[in-house]
Amino acid sequence: MAAPVGNIELLSAHTRAEIDHWVAKFPAGRQRSAVISALRFAQEQNNGFLTTDLMNAVAEYLKLPPIQVYEVASFYSMFETHPCGRHHVSICTNISCMLRGGEELIAHAEQKLGIKLGESTPDGRIFLKREEECLAACTGAPMMMVDHVFYEYLTPEKVDAILDELK
Amino acid sequence: MSDPAPPTDLVNVEVNGVPVQGRKGAMIIHVTDANGAYVPRFCYHDKLPIAANCRMCLVEVEKAPKPLPACATPITEGMKIFTHSPKALGAQKATMEFLLINHPLDCPICDQGGECELQDLAVGYGRSVSRYTEGKRVVKDKDLGPLVSTDMTRCIHCTRCVRFGQDVAGIQELGTTGRGENTEIGTFIEKSVDHELSGNIIDLCPVGALNSKPFRFKARSWEMTQQPLVSPHDGVGSNLYAHVLRGRVMRVVPRPNEAINETWLADRDRFSYEGIYSDDRVQRPMVRQADGVWKEVDWDTALAAAAEGLRSNGELGVLAHPSSTLEELYLLARLADGLGTANIDHRLLQRDFRDQDADPLHPSLGLPIAAVEKLGALLVIGSNLRAEAPILAHRVRKAARAGASVCFINPTAYDYLFPVAQNLAVAPATWVRTLAGVLSAALNGVAPEGAVSALLQGVQPTAAEAAIAAALRAGGTRALWLGALAIGHHDYATVRLLARELARVTGASLGELAAGGNATGASLAGVLPHRVLGGMPRQRSGLDARAMLEKPLGAYLLFGTEPWADSRVSQAQNTLAQARFVVSITPFVSDATRAVSHVILPAATFAETSGTWVNLEGTWQSVPGAAKPLGEARPGWKVLRVLGNQLGLQGYEYQSSTEIVDELRMRLKDVATPAYRSAFSPNANTVSAQALSDVPMYQIDPLLRRAGSLQRTQTGQQPVAAFPEN
Repeated sequence: MAAPVGNIELLSAHTRAEIDHWVAKFPAGRQRSAVISALRFAQEQNNGFLTTDLMNAVAEYLKLPPIQVYEVASFYSMFETHPCGRHHVSICTNISCMLRGGEELIAHAEQKLGIKLGESTPDGRIFLKREEECLAACTGAPMMMVDHVFYEYLTPEKVDAILDELK
Repeated sequence: MSDPAPPTDLVNVEVNGVPVQGRKGAMIIHVTDANGAYVPRFCYHDKLPIAANCRMCLVEVEKAPKPLPACATPITEGMKIFTHSPKALGAQKATMEFLLINHPLDCPICDQGGECELQDLAVGYGRSVSRYTEGKRVVKDKDLGPLVSTDMTRCIHCTRCVRFGQDVAGIQELGTTGRGENTEIGTFIEKSVDHELSGNIIDLCPVGALNSKPFRFKARSWEMTQQPLVSPHDGVGSNLYAHVLRGRVMRVVPRPNEAINETWLADRDRFSYEGIYSDDRVQRPMVRQADGVWKEVDWDTALAAAAEGLRSNGELGVLAHPSSTLEELYLLARLADGLGTANIDHRLLQRDFRDQDADPLHPSLGLPIAAVEKLGALLVIGSNLRAEAPILAHRVRKAARAGASVCFINPTAYDYLFPVAQNLAVAPATWVRTLAGVLSAALNGVAPEGAVSALLQGVQPTAAEAAIAAALRAGGTRALWLGALAIGHHDYATVRLLARELARVTGASLGELAAGGNATGASLAGVLPHRVLGGMPRQRSGLDARAMLEKPLGAYLLFGTEPWADSRVSQAQNTLAQARFVVSITPFVSDATRAVSHVILPAATFAETSGTWVNLEGTWQSVPGAAKPLGEARPGWKVLRVLGNQLGLQGYEYQSSTEIVDELRMRLKDVATPAYRSAFSPNANTVSAQALSDVPMYQIDPLLRRAGSLQRTQTGQQPVAAFPEN
């Protein structure tokens, strides 16, 4: 028998239940389709980033070669494969948001938090993601996404308030 | 039979104005290839699933608004395809321009230079000067282990290597990570690529991203000549090309042969050539003097000493490695005959010879290699198949993926990377009982006949055994193979008796995966203690390999073998050291060889001699020899010919190896294979039990043991696995 590629004990009971839920949505033998969902919950249980051990655990749980999990994790921008802050903040700079001051918002956030895009605050509270493509909220530009929640019609003051709320 | 009505699954299309037909569902590229209209491609490969991600094969199709990828567009009735129209050429050139944006212009230092698909196509489809002035991207190289070198900046992301892992090897080790300009091919984490076929990604890579690490910077492709060879390491007889520069083998690549190895090679066949130039090569004849000091001498002196010693030291034993050429084996059998000894054998790993009188004419797979992938059911007894015969395992994998029930009975449950119906892990002492269970279930109530009856008494098949029996009785072609672990089993005679009966009852063919590249040839040539040429029984049997290595004889002639490593007889070296006289005809000399031998005659390796190998499906393959023997080493057949003359034997006047093999062929034609029968009955004189050992795949012959890069792989570092009897 093949040696296990990962330790599924690393996945919490909640994560495993969620993975089971997603695997059940696809035909038998197509559990590869559930990799994105599985990684989402694995990342969530680990305060916002994936480790190689966690990805291996997902691979073992889904009976996939680990490389197929790494491929997905490294492709999608919502997965972080390096340690980072627990709240993911992405400020949109695509065309509508850019025209409505998105870039100024980034400069403001960088100054306020004392970090650059792609960095996390030293207390591990906030991670400023490097780039998010258009999130389809152009009507409310400029917008940002904080942990999968959209905030629209932003001003520097509103950004301050939202960021201060993050624990 | 006259031609039936035109099959309805053919589709009429037009390629560059010429009406042609293609199979329904075929892709455009299949039709254009079949009709000589070349379409450039990088990601498409005959043996791999279609990806359509390089876009190099864009062609124009009438009424299609945009050019279509030929590799992924199925043909339809009336389709008009243009492979060289301005629109098609424009699309192909544009793709090429994109591919070259990031590709470095380091062809002068790239090992792929001169045999590079990108380089070739850039001549036809590229611009003379790039329009891009931006900097090119750089990708960090990966360490994939000792066999495959990487220059990932050159990668064009065709994903052939990824699809090879997924689809052919059965384990995806490489993947596409990152996105957009940050896309990379790699393992993501630092990890070597360990599959036994992984060297094939070197051939698949259309650029210089994946290359042979041992060959790195050794020669340019256009300086070398290409010479055909046959792999001596297993009974498949994979076809090779040696690329030779100034008489030296610089590298080995596959010689495509759909009937045997397709376009693939096992790493073992591809990288074993390194052993040819190991430090252990013996380049001049040597004689041990009375004071025990070795002295290099000329050939005449050494041969005279060998001939004298072989004649005058009592009973002689002859041991040959089953990877030797047919010519060598035949001359060796004649030599033993001329010296009046029947103690000659090549079955170095076999332990139990009690039923050898029932051996078939020669070990055989029982069916053609190409037919393996069409099997409906297969039972393999005692084989770590992927290590034992990687190319066969690949064929079995194809069969399993097509729905064949593949079952294994082994001392441990190996990982096969394909669906296995039953994977029984049974302690060696229980094999007989397990096989009795399978046979009992296969008989399905019919009373057993003959010698097996006693073994079946009171046997109740388990569910797994019944499932194996059911698979072997189901439809389709079925086969039963005995592997190296069965051949090394202490009760092989009983195992084989049951296997033979099981094959008879179920109608499956019976195969025996004998070790070495020429076990079939050795049996035909009479390198056996109980048979002479053509399988005719001897009047009186000589000693088998195990007996010769357990109790010392007066003199030994060792041909291409180091019995202390090639056999599983623990006291082999000690036994040989007690002989009064030992001649080693060998390419390699180690301390052990020096300790036991009295005369060492330097022989050529498989790549340096002309010769013939007969594989397990019975195909004779002759090659002329590729490289110049090192130093004063000579091809084995020449050494044996002159030794025959020195011994005063008649009929050693051969001018070429072709004459030898022709003579053998003539003599074999006149032999009628007798019906073989053995007086063996189970439980008689059981061979003493001993742990069953699984020899790692890179340890099976003297050449492999000296192939440096293979030894450095993970597989090469594995110790011998020993399985206790119980």
